[in-house]
Amino acid sequence: MKLIGLGTDKIGTTVLILLASVSFIIPLCNLVSPADSPLHFSAYTVSVLGKYLTFALLGLSLDLVWGYCGILALGQGAFFALGGYAMGMYLMRQIGTRGVYGDPLLPDFMVFLNWKELPWYWLGFDNFWFALLMVVLVPGVLAFVFGWLAFRSRVTGVYLSIITQALTYALLLAFFRNEMGFGGNNGLTDFKELLGFNIQSEALRALLLMISGVTLIAVFILCRWLVNTKLGRVVTAIRDQESRVRFLGYRVEMFKLWIFVFSAMIAGIAGALYVPQVGIINPSEFSPLNSLEIVIWVAIGGRGTLYGAIIGAVLVNYSKTVLTGLMPEIWLFTLGAVFVLVTVFLPDGLVGLMRRRLQESHS
Amino acid sequence: MKAKSIKGYCRLAACLMLVFSLAIHGDQDVSKQQLLLNALTNLKQGSMAEREQAIIQLADNGSSSLTILQALLDGQLFILKSDDSLVIGADNNQGYDIRDAITGTAKGAVERTDVGKINLTNKLRVSLRKIIGQLQLSSDDPAIRLAAVKAMGNEEDESALAILKAREGVEKDETVKQAIKVVFLLKDMNSGDKALRINAIDALKEVNSLDVVNRLNAMVEKDEAGNFVESDIDIRNTAKAALININTRLQLYSSIETVFFGLSLGAVLVLAAIGLAITFGVMGVINMAHGELMMLGAYTTYVMQQLMPNNLAFSVLLSIPAAFVISALVGIAIERGIIRFLYGRPLETLLATFGVSLILQQSVRSIFSPLNRSVATPEWMSGSWQVNDFLSLTWNRFYILVFCLIVFVLLLQILKRTSLGLEVRAVAQNRNMAKAMGIPTSRVDAMTFGLGSGIAGVAGVALSQITNVGPNLGQAYIVDSFMVVVFGGVGNLWGTLVAGFVLGIANKFLEPFAGAVLAKILVLIFIILFIQKRPRGLFPQKGRAADS
Repeated sequence: MKLIGLGTDKIGTTVLILLASVSFIIPLCNLVSPADSPLHFSAYTVSVLGKYLTFALLGLSLDLVWGYCGILALGQGAFFALGGYAMGMYLMRQIGTRGVYGDPLLPDFMVFLNWKELPWYWLGFDNFWFALLMVVLVPGVLAFVFGWLAFRSRVTGVYLSIITQALTYALLLAFFRNEMGFGGNNGLTDFKELLGFNIQSEALRALLLMISGVTLIAVFILCRWLVNTKLGRVVTAIRDQESRVRFLGYRVEMFKLWIFVFSAMIAGIAGALYVPQVGIINPSEFSPLNSLEIVIWVAIGGRGTLYGAIIGAVLVNYSKTVLTGLMPEIWLFTLGAVFVLVTVFLPDGLVGLMRRRLQESHS
Repeated sequence: MKAKSIKGYCRLAACLMLVFSLAIHGDQDVSKQQLLLNALTNLKQGSMAEREQAIIQLADNGSSSLTILQALLDGQLFILKSDDSLVIGADNNQGYDIRDAITGTAKGAVERTDVGKINLTNKLRVSLRKIIGQLQLSSDDPAIRLAAVKAMGNEEDESALAILKAREGVEKDETVKQAIKVVFLLKDMNSGDKALRINAIDALKEVNSLDVVNRLNAMVEKDEAGNFVESDIDIRNTAKAALININTRLQLYSSIETVFFGLSLGAVLVLAAIGLAITFGVMGVINMAHGELMMLGAYTTYVMQQLMPNNLAFSVLLSIPAAFVISALVGIAIERGIIRFLYGRPLETLLATFGVSLILQQSVRSIFSPLNRSVATPEWMSGSWQVNDFLSLTWNRFYILVFCLIVFVLLLQILKRTSLGLEVRAVAQNRNMAKAMGIPTSRVDAMTFGLGSGIAGVAGVALSQITNVGPNLGQAYIVDSFMVVVFGGVGNLWGTLVAGFVLGIANKFLEPFAGAVLAKILVLIFIILFIQKRPRGLFPQKGRAADS
């Protein structure tokens, strides 16, 4: 228990228990109890919760690079979207002849564009395991190439943030193009089934929520363990005093690269879980604004704590759902104000606030 | 038929000569007035012969009757039945908006049945067209003369050419003279004499005219049966050589045009980035709300135009200082309210100012509606400068380029010559040392931020003239302007200028091959790679300040 840092931190433990209960009890209630029982959650609640959990996973991935390594990556949304597109491509191939044009091989948008054959990069995506591999591989390779170039030439701080933003912006523009073969503006949608299950069915929704929860818990525990290993400690040291760590003989850029690639892969997994639950992936996921929103989840929750990212992601997205439903024009005001207030008054986020409270009550 | 119409025309021309000579010798004012009235009376008579007479009389009256003749040709000249006067009517779907043919004063709208149209025969119409051309040819405005030359050049008519030939001798304006020459060269090119044709083609290769290019191209092409349109090989070769010559020039001009478009795009980028360069370079503050400050400037222009709808040009000029003040005040408020708590934490300023940008965006959306607002462009900024057939440069882009340079020079002078500039530079170089020397750093910070924000506002005024003004205006430019600053090297205004122009031109040169979106992506990738090579940009800051 000590190894994964449980028991030492009350908040972390609470978050884990909450997560476990959400990801098991709610789907079970949904599947077992009849529709009119008070224990039954609506399909909407299930899919919204599932979405929050994938966002939490995405926030977690950013906290790893930002909170622990000090790299403010403003392109985390790009890895998320790439993972999502990989999953979307698999789901697209599963549609088969049920599309509007009924082409057994080509997705609808390609038929619409008058394409005659499947582009080479779509090959293999009819295989679920290949798609899963791509979910981690594509973001991983992109992060590796980008990080290798950036960290090797010691691009740091603000410069790094800005070029990661440029990266996601470039991808946004690229994916908007029809010629790219990813559905252009509309993206990929109209999915029918996942591994033979109807994608609209409640059972699959409940299952996906459960899978998202389990993945989140597993990744959380993994990261928890990771940041307490020697590697994790070196990474934290880089965040605090990069040049000192370098002078001590560590190859700083390798550590940074490693953590950056790892986090990109987690973001890719989050994207892959997100797409079947919302039923669409389009280029707007690449927008720099989305990546900035991820940063604010982590900032609000409290960075460098891992569970802070989870709390922040769920909280911000829950308020987004509520506020945009009640009065849409208020949402951006709130988000903006929260951005400002948190950075100025709560540098450690909500978790920092809670910790202070806990300490006060102990002493 | 043809012989008859030529004969008719000769008679007309003869009459013209006569009337011209009469007019020269007569008592000018009185006779002119008299002639005009006579002509109009004739025009109102029914018979075509009288109308022909009238047209000739009107033609003698010079350019002042051009509007009447033009209206007559366009079928817009009417007799108002109520008072038997001549009016020019513009169709307004229900009837006509009429104005007096002689004085030009508006006389309101009438029903279709209230007026009688003055009809023409085809023959009269042909001669009328020539007379109008001729009158236009003697107009004082070179642009009208040029249009007349082009219109007459297209007509296969000896007498029209004779008039042109006569005009060539007295024409003073080079462009018009050149145009007349081209008409005759084109004519020679199609004549039967081989030497004449070759000479003509040879002379035409120096001319910048799309018409010439089309004609030459037609000569070297094959027809459907696979035979050359032009059978003579010498002429074909001369035409080919001429085409090569012209195409080289065409390419040169299209490069000039691309450079111009690139420069104007660069100017927009520089305007957007230069305010950012100050706040980023001097204070190390990442102002994500910079785009929204530009948006405020653009909306200021919109509001100014709403306030004074009758004085467009003035309102745009007045918007420049207004936008500066408004954006600068908002900027100072941001600095005092938020950023000063975050110095030394650049990444946090990024987040906080991003929050501000969301609030500003949503405020504009709530106040002005989420839809785009259109800002009118004053007349002196619209249209384009037609250098020749191959090259035309739009005025608004040209003015933005000039405006950008003015702003740049002003800013440079502020930083170089004013005491504020001195303080700003001192703080940028070494904050602590500046403080130790008694410079009020926190006041300088506020002023610097205000200056950078004010320039964003001014940039917004310029942007309002070329794009839609909407709540998302700022967002579209923020990534680009950061790229410019980073590419140029932080803390270096010249770097920003060079970077902006380089990126603008590169973008425009890539566009023809790659398309607009791909060009942008390529430029972004280039910058990402460039930063790897030179992490501090084109012109890195030197010395201690660079380490921080």
